Amino acid sequence: MTSPAITSTRPTIKFDRISVILWIGAAVLFAGVFAYGGYLITVMQLAMIYGVFCIGLNFFMGYTGQASFGQNAFAAIGGYGTAILCVQYNMEPVLALVTSMVVAGVAALVVGYPTLRLRGHYLAMATFALGLITYDISVQWTSLTQGYMGYAGIPPLGIGSYTIEDERMKLVCLTVLALIGLWISQRLRNSRFGRALRAISGSEPGAAALGIKISRYKLIAFVIAALYASASGSLFAHTVGFISPEVFGLHMVVVTFTMLYVGGVGTIAGPLVGAIVASLLPEIVRSTGRFQDVAYAAILLLMLIFAPKGLYAVGDLFRSRKVDKPETRA
Amino acid sequence: MTLLKVRNLTKRFDGLIANKDINLDVPEGSLFAVIGPNGAGKTTFFSMISGFLPSTAGTIEFDGHDITRKPQDQIAALGLIRTFQLVQLFKGMSVAENVEVGCHLRTKGGVASALFRPSWFYQQETEVRDRARELLDFVGLSAQSEQDADLLPYGQRRLLEMARALAAKPRLLLLDEPAAGLNTQETDALALVIQKINAQGTTVLLIEHDMALVTRIAQRIAVLDFGRKIAEGTPDEIKQHPDVIAAYLGVEEAEHA
Repeated sequence: MTSPAITSTRPTIKFDRISVILWIGAAVLFAGVFAYGGYLITVMQLAMIYGVFCIGLNFFMGYTGQASFGQNAFAAIGGYGTAILCVQYNMEPVLALVTSMVVAGVAALVVGYPTLRLRGHYLAMATFALGLITYDISVQWTSLTQGYMGYAGIPPLGIGSYTIEDERMKLVCLTVLALIGLWISQRLRNSRFGRALRAISGSEPGAAALGIKISRYKLIAFVIAALYASASGSLFAHTVGFISPEVFGLHMVVVTFTMLYVGGVGTIAGPLVGAIVASLLPEIVRSTGRFQDVAYAAILLLMLIFAPKGLYAVGDLFRSRKVDKPETRA
Repeated sequence: MTLLKVRNLTKRFDGLIANKDINLDVPEGSLFAVIGPNGAGKTTFFSMISGFLPSTAGTIEFDGHDITRKPQDQIAALGLIRTFQLVQLFKGMSVAENVEVGCHLRTKGGVASALFRPSWFYQQETEVRDRARELLDFVGLSAQSEQDADLLPYGQRRLLEMARALAAKPRLLLLDEPAAGLNTQETDALALVIQKINAQGTTVLLIEHDMALVTRIAQRIAVLDFGRKIAEGTPDEIKQHPDVIAAYLGVEEAEHA
């Protein structure tokens, strides 16, 4: 028999040794970044912004197990939505962020409905095309997007007359938002809804046989990922103050994929861990000078070889061993 | 009362006729088996009933509802739950979580309730976990409940899939070759579980290759061969039916003749 204590605490965050170490590590890291200041603050700001994107992408790619190479399209909607509404219509930043998210959500619903009938490689190709089309639109529709010039002078995040100008405060704000994103992800994962998503990832026929409406759940996961992506696009615009088509181009797809897989696709905190690690790593290997790209790639490859389920799953490995041992004896 | 009523069910794959005019009545509460040699069309028949394959002609009625060519999730929602010959466990989820997914149809709630968690949310989660524990106890997998489902040995995967199906509280449980690939000991354990499920009031429709298992536990048996139903009756009738003997032991019969 299993002890009921183990099962009954499952839906809440477990404060065991691994998580404590992880949280302390994160706190030390942030304290260091705060003390050091300067460029590292910007790096961490971007890490949090990409983190939000990855937490969203994880709903679709991690929990539900579907491939999307086009989530940058929704980040572009968020970024441009925010830029246009704030710069041209002087809208409140928070309101612009929410409005863009609604637009991105509706767009994801409309695009996802036919696209999500595809599976595997075909779905990957279709979503990839979605990202490319959005990039082309952002370049060509100059009357709306100002083409390659992009938008400058986007105001920082704030409410009413209070705006967050200080770079350290911006980082605090972004970190809080990323943690809220993480909290939502954790809540949704540990529920009937989250179980249905993960069941689809595990076996579509199996899920269908238990009455799970596969296409509906895939679509919801896709829309959630788009909402997160849009929010991250808006946050980028507010934080950096400038956007152009390149920001939401192929680079974003590659970077976010790296983050997701380095951190651990399908785990709760993995996307955020991956975003931080993959953002800091280039700064760490910068000292190798000409070889920095080689060093960066080599370290990423080593991570993927020795921690194929991501850095976050390495902790889980120790955790599950500890839990399993007394049970196998029983 | 007839729970499942199949009339003239036919499946054609281009020129090949996999099922031809099959009629079947599964009474409520029975343990019914469909048997037949390899390639007789058992799995095709089964897939059409569970909605995984559209039929070419004929009708399927479940509990008074026409379920012909209905989507799988709608059929499942009516209480017709299937298992798979190649077990379809949810990889990356624990044994207990697999069973919890089975409760999907008998629970409610989506994104909003997961996020805001009203008091019924916690109550339902507790019920789901209790139910999973109960069912794992029932099939004898409680010791493995926190383990990854993909780490289970083959025989236990079958049992887990069955526990998961039971979590949906099926009115009719469709088992697709549950004994395939199991050793004698595992088959015995499985037979016991199937009989227990039936004894608790769930109608079971079993598709099986293993004649010994079927004649031991089924109350009524239909035999398919070359896509047609060639016989139906009690296990004793089936064992003596000349067409069935010919279908199963055709080669030997020819040698004796």
